[in-house]
Amino acid sequence: MKAKKRYFLVLISCAFLILCYFGKYYLWTNGKREAKGFSYTKHKLQSYLSTKEVYGGKDSTVSPRSRRKEKVKTTDTVKCNMARCFDFSRCIDDFKVYVYPVEDSISPAYQKILSIIQESRYYTDDPSQACLFVLSLDTLDRDHLSPDYVKNIHLKLHQRAKYWNNGRNHVLFNLYSGTWPDYIEDLGFDVGQAILAKASTSVSKFRQYFDVSIPLFPKHHPKKGGERGTLTSNNFPVNKKYTLVFKGKRYVHGIGSETRNSLHHIHNNKDIILVTTCRHGKSWKQLKDERCETDNIGFDRSLVWPNLVYCIQSLAQKRGNKMVSGMKSLSYKDRLKSLNLFSLDKRRVRRNRIEVFKIVKVPDIIRSINKTRVHALRQHTRIMWDNYFSSIEKIVMTTLEIIRDRISAQTARSYVIWNSHPGALLSLPQFSDILRDFPFYWRHLAASISPNFTAIIYATMPIMSSSSPLARLIKNVAKSSFASRILVLWNGETAPPIANKLPQVSVPVNIIQPPQKTISSRFHPHPLVQTDAVLNLDEDAVLTTEEVDFAFKVWQSYPERIVGYPARSHYWEDSKSCWGYTSKWTNEYSMILTGAAFYHRYYNYLYTFYLHNLLHKTVDQSQNCEDILMNFLVSHVTNLPPIKVTQRKQYKETIATDGKTYPTPWNDPDHFVQRQICMNTFVDTFAYMPLVRSSLRLDPVLFKDPVSNLRKRYRKLEQEGWK
Amino acid sequence: MVSVRNAPRLTRRYTPFFNVLFCFILVALVLGGLSTLWPWNSETPKREFVLQSEEFAPVATVLSTDALAKSTKSSCTFYNCFDVYRCGQHGSSLTVYIYPILRYVDENGLPVMNALSKEFMEILEAIQESKFYVTNPDKACILVPALDLLNQNNLHLKETSQILAGLPYWNSGINHLLFNMLPGNVPNYNPCLEVERDNAIVAGAGLSTWTYRRTYDISIPLFSPLSQDFQHETIEINESPRKWLIVSPQINIHSEYREELEELKEEHPELLVLDECIPAKPDNATERCHDGETYFYPSILKNSTFCLVLQGARLAQATLSDAMMYGCIPVVAIDGYVLPFSEVLDWKRVAVRLREDHLHDLIHILKSISEHRILEMRKQAHFIWTQYFSSIQKITLTTLQIINDRVFPHFARTYEEWNDPPWKEGTTPPLNLPVIVPKSQGFTAVILTYDRVESLFKVIRRVVQAPSIAKVLVVWNNQQKHPPPATSWPKINKPLKVVQTKENKLSNRFYPYDEIETEAVLAIDDDIVMLTADELEFAYEVWREFPDRIVGFPSRVHLWDNNTGKWKYESEWTNEISMVLTGAAFYHKYYSYLYTTSLPGDIKTWVDSRMNCEDIAMNFLVANITGKAPIKVTPRKKFKCPECTNVEMLSADVIHMAERSECINKFAQVYGKMPLKTVEFRADPVLYKDNFPEKLKRFNNIGSL
Repeated sequence: MKAKKRYFLVLISCAFLILCYFGKYYLWTNGKREAKGFSYTKHKLQSYLSTKEVYGGKDSTVSPRSRRKEKVKTTDTVKCNMARCFDFSRCIDDFKVYVYPVEDSISPAYQKILSIIQESRYYTDDPSQACLFVLSLDTLDRDHLSPDYVKNIHLKLHQRAKYWNNGRNHVLFNLYSGTWPDYIEDLGFDVGQAILAKASTSVSKFRQYFDVSIPLFPKHHPKKGGERGTLTSNNFPVNKKYTLVFKGKRYVHGIGSETRNSLHHIHNNKDIILVTTCRHGKSWKQLKDERCETDNIGFDRSLVWPNLVYCIQSLAQKRGNKMVSGMKSLSYKDRLKSLNLFSLDKRRVRRNRIEVFKIVKVPDIIRSINKTRVHALRQHTRIMWDNYFSSIEKIVMTTLEIIRDRISAQTARSYVIWNSHPGALLSLPQFSDILRDFPFYWRHLAASISPNFTAIIYATMPIMSSSSPLARLIKNVAKSSFASRILVLWNGETAPPIANKLPQVSVPVNIIQPPQKTISSRFHPHPLVQTDAVLNLDEDAVLTTEEVDFAFKVWQSYPERIVGYPARSHYWEDSKSCWGYTSKWTNEYSMILTGAAFYHRYYNYLYTFYLHNLLHKTVDQSQNCEDILMNFLVSHVTNLPPIKVTQRKQYKETIATDGKTYPTPWNDPDHFVQRQICMNTFVDTFAYMPLVRSSLRLDPVLFKDPVSNLRKRYRKLEQEGWK
Repeated sequence: MVSVRNAPRLTRRYTPFFNVLFCFILVALVLGGLSTLWPWNSETPKREFVLQSEEFAPVATVLSTDALAKSTKSSCTFYNCFDVYRCGQHGSSLTVYIYPILRYVDENGLPVMNALSKEFMEILEAIQESKFYVTNPDKACILVPALDLLNQNNLHLKETSQILAGLPYWNSGINHLLFNMLPGNVPNYNPCLEVERDNAIVAGAGLSTWTYRRTYDISIPLFSPLSQDFQHETIEINESPRKWLIVSPQINIHSEYREELEELKEEHPELLVLDECIPAKPDNATERCHDGETYFYPSILKNSTFCLVLQGARLAQATLSDAMMYGCIPVVAIDGYVLPFSEVLDWKRVAVRLREDHLHDLIHILKSISEHRILEMRKQAHFIWTQYFSSIQKITLTTLQIINDRVFPHFARTYEEWNDPPWKEGTTPPLNLPVIVPKSQGFTAVILTYDRVESLFKVIRRVVQAPSIAKVLVVWNNQQKHPPPATSWPKINKPLKVVQTKENKLSNRFYPYDEIETEAVLAIDDDIVMLTADELEFAYEVWREFPDRIVGFPSRVHLWDNNTGKWKYESEWTNEISMVLTGAAFYHKYYSYLYTTSLPGDIKTWVDSRMNCEDIAMNFLVANITGKAPIKVTPRKKFKCPECTNVEMLSADVIHMAERSECINKFAQVYGKMPLKTVEFRADPVLYKDNFPEKLKRFNNIGSL
């Protein structure tokens, strides 16, 4: 017993010794950890800088003025930013773009770009007014093997570009540069201080805050209009046949070939389809590898874009091309940043082995993205496509708008505007610097829409008596508790009526005269319009207070649309292959007459300052169609139909109270012909038909329900109007 | 005798003991010998990072002959200089290693680095305590040398570069991160740390557009020591106008700027230009003077709407951070300055940027900014400061998060996560495709049923008459009874599926079944037999135009009861609606998914346990994320059989209504607000009740009772 105890004791002590021996290190380090408190006392330490260094450090040697004036050397243009290489003094008053006169033949794509600028509201033919200059020399394709390559461009540049000034304030558009196999990003001439709007720019060559990265578009890309994205189904979860797809050329060697050569590692022929072809140019057969034959077969068994969720972008000369087609089918997943700078995965390959390792992770990465995010990204690609990619016009205008945002930084459009529907091209920052003034973002901000409206009455006929239609209209509108002001827009030949001839009502009534007496002046933005809602009225509109109230209530739910009473419709006339216009009662409508309609005042601004001159001319010359144009504009912005609300029977009075019949356009057959012509001109200018049809009308909840009239808030709506 | 007999016994007894002892000693010796060969017991003990001031740290000698790090690569981008393959071993998160702190001395034993500063210690501490920190350099994606490079004035450029090159895992600086706040030195003040550092990444303050390597470096704010003493209660960020429109608080600006500002001030008294006091007190940073009047910095920033930030010797100015701290909108007139964290932060929402050439236009530009925007910017500036600038720890973690986002872009924080303050109320709708849903898809009718087979069959026959129906899905919620055999179901020309649930739960009606292949779901009760094909088709048409809303037939409204101080559920004939019952309603399938996965609080269990209010919950859900009201279509109908009205039913009705009111109050409490929106309209076909031949109306069988 005793012996056992002794054995035990000895064993314990031995174990302890060994433990001490081995545990020495741990104890030592642990001890050190505990010592942390001793060896590091924060308050005893000095700050990294003295007070003098924080608030001192005066720069007394270099004069900032001379530093700014310092000329940027030719070799230094890689360091260009807007402050160094751009002459802002040209852009103080206005943002105008000058295009040099075309002397040589230029490629159709470049021709399109130039004519888009020439047709845009930014164009000027006076170089002294210009803020930006665009060359007439075709710089789109700088691949010297290409037929569109302009030789001796450097010489021509100096001969023809009179205002070149080492590229100051010039914008160069470029799609291709260099050639196979390296595709160097050099344009083959000194671009100097010109802003490069270039497809396929790399991070290292891109001059940040200066150049603009544009999408590469194919030759047949539409000039204007452009197809809407094909994503119309918004199903959830996204259940497409293929998860990841790539279809493209695989150069057996040269830039980007490692990435593409390794794509087949993750091709599984089920949901991941990555097909490549070696066919390229003439000499591909000499260079082909053992996989080329089978690859080519797989490539030819083509598949369609719409059935996929993601598509791959990898380094290649024509990567933009793929992106454009991928986005159209709404599957391209990429980070689209506010300034339209695309972060493509251009990871340069150091060792092929590693690249393979990375590429096999792609399926995992893609599958790790959750369903809601995939859903959101898909919608976003469609919005981006519609906003900025679908036509050359959008690409060019986006480029100009990006530069414009840089010039007037304090009115630059916010990220939210750039990244949501309807986008920066349709949200003009000169209108307002806050989002809630636009009709599109107030839900995003949880802002409330303004609780009042301003009525604008377009008047031409003198007021005869206090019972004239205009007087009656003013009285009825003023009775609405939501009316904050009534403007009588005097467009008549005679002098405007004196204010005391107008009925005395509880809201302020102002008589205003438009700067120009055209039919479009009813949409001229007036500083007295301070509410979000505008009620635009013809002087002969017959509306009761109840009708106004109800329509305004509806508008508050749909401030981005036109809400009004009489509706019209468009249809396609197959026999004449043109658009037809009808005022007949139909099951559908696509326009609301602005003779009595609510809309957001921002549309007045857009109508006046955004719309193409040609459209204004059409309206002014015909003295007609301004309401159709407004409907085109709003549907162009929203992609949605207007909203018709219910009205009492009888809207127009053709016979005025004095018994005389005024000639009104409504009984004039020429009127309809003219409107039809207008509509087709508009479609040509917009390059598509923006109108959308709707088959619903909004009525009060209890409208014509079999319940006591006393319960109904809008009971007069159900009564017949005056004849 | 005894002893003689005992002796051999004793020996015999003790022999095994000595044997064991001997064995132990032998083993101990062998192990001891071996242990000296273990790396952790070698002559030069492995140095691991311990947060300590360097005076207690081991000494390392820098020889004047040691190689310098190669010169800084100006063309580095994330894609050609960064080794991503070091990352990702830790899941989808960055891993950061810190080198041990050493005391560097030259051959003469004189220190070559200044003492570690408090701020640098805080950087190291922040990293060590972050989720990114690892102790094993082999597992690290980012390596941070424990070298205080914050202030270039304190650096010996050559020796610092030698130390960098001598770091054990230097590998030409790949994935090494260096922190710097004051770059450059007299006379040029290069806007970048001038230590030769090969591939190393710089997190630097005061980088210019041409020293900042996009996608590679990180522009960080110059940490203002005043941040530590800031007390939140001292400022109020509201609409009330401040005394000055703009103040230029810096004393270190070039005389040319000062002259220009003085000139501006002549015309615009709302501009305040501060300067050093005379006589100058170089150690007193708080006193600033103007016209003989003394103002105290930084509290003067509280009294101005805008604060002008101009460059001194360096681009980065602590005034930027100070101004934001006090809710004063910075007006940054520094050409070519890369604003802090501009890779992720939206500076348009925070600051006004002005070109130096346009300084004379300053007042004009500021006056063109609307009041509302000023308030927005002021709030945002203070929010960004609090979130990302207010302490060294925040600056450090933001830097690491930015690198993390670059390495794992598919998990990167979104713009909204970086920039939107938590108090932002607006909704970002999950369904925002600006299109009218194409008709071709059709809709799926989901019918929840328990055992009313006869009525169910009637409903099925009714709904398949709508031309756009694509499929009928019956959710059989009865576990006691099996659904009737396939032969007894009505013969219809559309696919019909029956799913049997495991539990009789109301939430089953909103489960996003794989069988639902269309976007549009028509939820319909098994007793809603009165809807006509025209009505269903028209409702589907309306839904196509408003796919983010609930579009349906029976409507209800919620009202505030002033007597009880509670919400009340109302089913009477009212002029308003705020809910559409899902007994007959169209909605997007996405909402099924949201209902199943992300109903807030305990709403789902509440609904399932009470077997009631699932429709109210759905209305709350949709209204909350869209901010929109539902849409009622077509006139009111009698939905419950009129003949069964009797006293019992009425009393049951009263209880039912009380329960529904209770639900509304419960849900409003869970959401913390009342998300439901009230509207006064419903949707009818364009020609509804118009004086027009019925035959020509597309939907004429509408509203018949």
